[in-house]
Amino acid sequence: MSGYTTSEMMTVAAARRLNNGAVCFVGIGLPSTAANLARLTHAPGVVLIYESGPIGAKPTVLPLSIGDGELSETADTVVSTPEIFRYWLQSGRIDVGFLGAAQIDRFANINTTVIGPYAKPRTRLPGAGGAPEIAANAKEVFIIVRHSPRAFVSKLDFITSVGYLDGGDARSRLGLPGKGPMAVITDLCTMEPDPLSKELTVTSIHSGVTRAQIQKATAWRVRFAAAVPETPVPRAAELKALRDLQARTAAAHGTTLAASD
Amino acid sequence: MAQIIILREAVAHLIHDGDTIALEGFTHLIPFAAGHEIVRQGRKNLSLVRMTPDLIYDQLIGAGCASKLKFSWGGNPGVGSLHRLRDAVENGWPHELMLEEHSHADMANAYVAGAANLPFTVLRGYAGSDLPKHNHNIRAIRCPFTGEELAATPAIRPDVTVIHAQRADRAGNVLLWGILGVQKEAALAARRLIVTVEEIVDSLDAPPNACILPQWTVTAVCAVPGGAFPSYAQGFYERDNRFYLAWDVIARNRETFQSWIKRHILDTSDFNDFKRVYSESSGHPSMRPR
Repeated sequence: MSGYTTSEMMTVAAARRLNNGAVCFVGIGLPSTAANLARLTHAPGVVLIYESGPIGAKPTVLPLSIGDGELSETADTVVSTPEIFRYWLQSGRIDVGFLGAAQIDRFANINTTVIGPYAKPRTRLPGAGGAPEIAANAKEVFIIVRHSPRAFVSKLDFITSVGYLDGGDARSRLGLPGKGPMAVITDLCTMEPDPLSKELTVTSIHSGVTRAQIQKATAWRVRFAAAVPETPVPRAAELKALRDLQARTAAAHGTTLAASD
Repeated sequence: MAQIIILREAVAHLIHDGDTIALEGFTHLIPFAAGHEIVRQGRKNLSLVRMTPDLIYDQLIGAGCASKLKFSWGGNPGVGSLHRLRDAVENGWPHELMLEEHSHADMANAYVAGAANLPFTVLRGYAGSDLPKHNHNIRAIRCPFTGEELAATPAIRPDVTVIHAQRADRAGNVLLWGILGVQKEAALAARRLIVTVEEIVDSLDAPPNACILPQWTVTAVCAVPGGAFPSYAQGFYERDNRFYLAWDVIARNRETFQSWIKRHILDTSDFNDFKRVYSESSGHPSMRPR
């Protein structure tokens, strides 16, 4: 037994990406869990901003929705939704946008809108929310998503939020303010864009995971970096902070919702 | 000037078939009681506007009140899908629903433009996204000063906006606090404004920069304690996450949805009656106090 789950490994690996003091625009669910784990471990000074309006939120339990009272009660200030998007995101004040995804392609474009044709979708997904402008305007973007061939697809049915479009200099030609996705953290590995082609490339593999497993969970032919180290395993203090956070959340909400795992 | 009336009268007099209506509240202060009353009075052909349709519009869509939805994120927050919204989009049940889909930033901007009585809003957004290909109300505009290409969207001007707030005074001045979402903008963008409140008090006693809607901007104020349930009202009660989870099961199936709507909304006389029936059917009180 390894002593931790693949989900815990993913959350810890994502949390480590956040530097102390970074101003981070956080999506609900996995991104929020990872960002709060960072705040409770190595990055106590990280500033968490949620699109519902809280700036500098310091929740003691994880929010189950984007606008939980816990966020506004622990924030430095709470502003309106227009202000969050206009003064804080569009203005370029966000260091890191932390996103999830239903589908992602090899250039880190994201689909959260539809599976199938737009006019007659097989599956109607929730839609854009704040993600298109976060993906465009945050200085850097991290994406956290579970690895499966249904999520890591060769062609998106719909581009909701842009990564590097069809690669190379396509994103910079669009003139988007932010640099784009700098890492995709999954339950199997970490992928980063190739400096030139911008194709997602495996740069570290979680302990116990094989290259074949990653390929099997990815619909395109996966590229691996020249040297692919093993992701450092979660430390005891990281696991304790994460498990305590999830236990507090379960106790407070009387339930364990999917969004917090 | 605000009239203080009961919710049934406000909906009967101010919301008509075919109206464009915005029931706003970003997770917090969602005006569920007003949504129920619209279903109860059988409004049809409504054009719904709301950033996050949430359970409140899932109920209106499933009950057949809506012909159009303008939105930016349509899920059950923290749980998953809005099954009635999906059934309408994927299968046309109970009838076709026209979608107009934006991003949050754009919708928020469009409310600001409506409140400011401007025809449209500009946004640095959507570049590279497929959304403008499917929405003719997202267009490109060039800045006359810098030449930068930006996205433009028409202002939102609802016939009626409905919001829920914590408090009003006896003249109808309204005070809300906590997560404010786009309520102030949606309120000022509308031709008619209905506000349901937790309580009506003698004096608001609010600090100078509090979010207050002066009574002369409000058409009707209705006292509906608990009227945001199962969302929450900061200072009054918490979000009922059990309800959001239970809704996933209720709304997944057309028959269970219809019997829930019949028992809890169509066969109840008002929101107090709903709370009574909900306590019976769920086995727990409808509000968890803070």
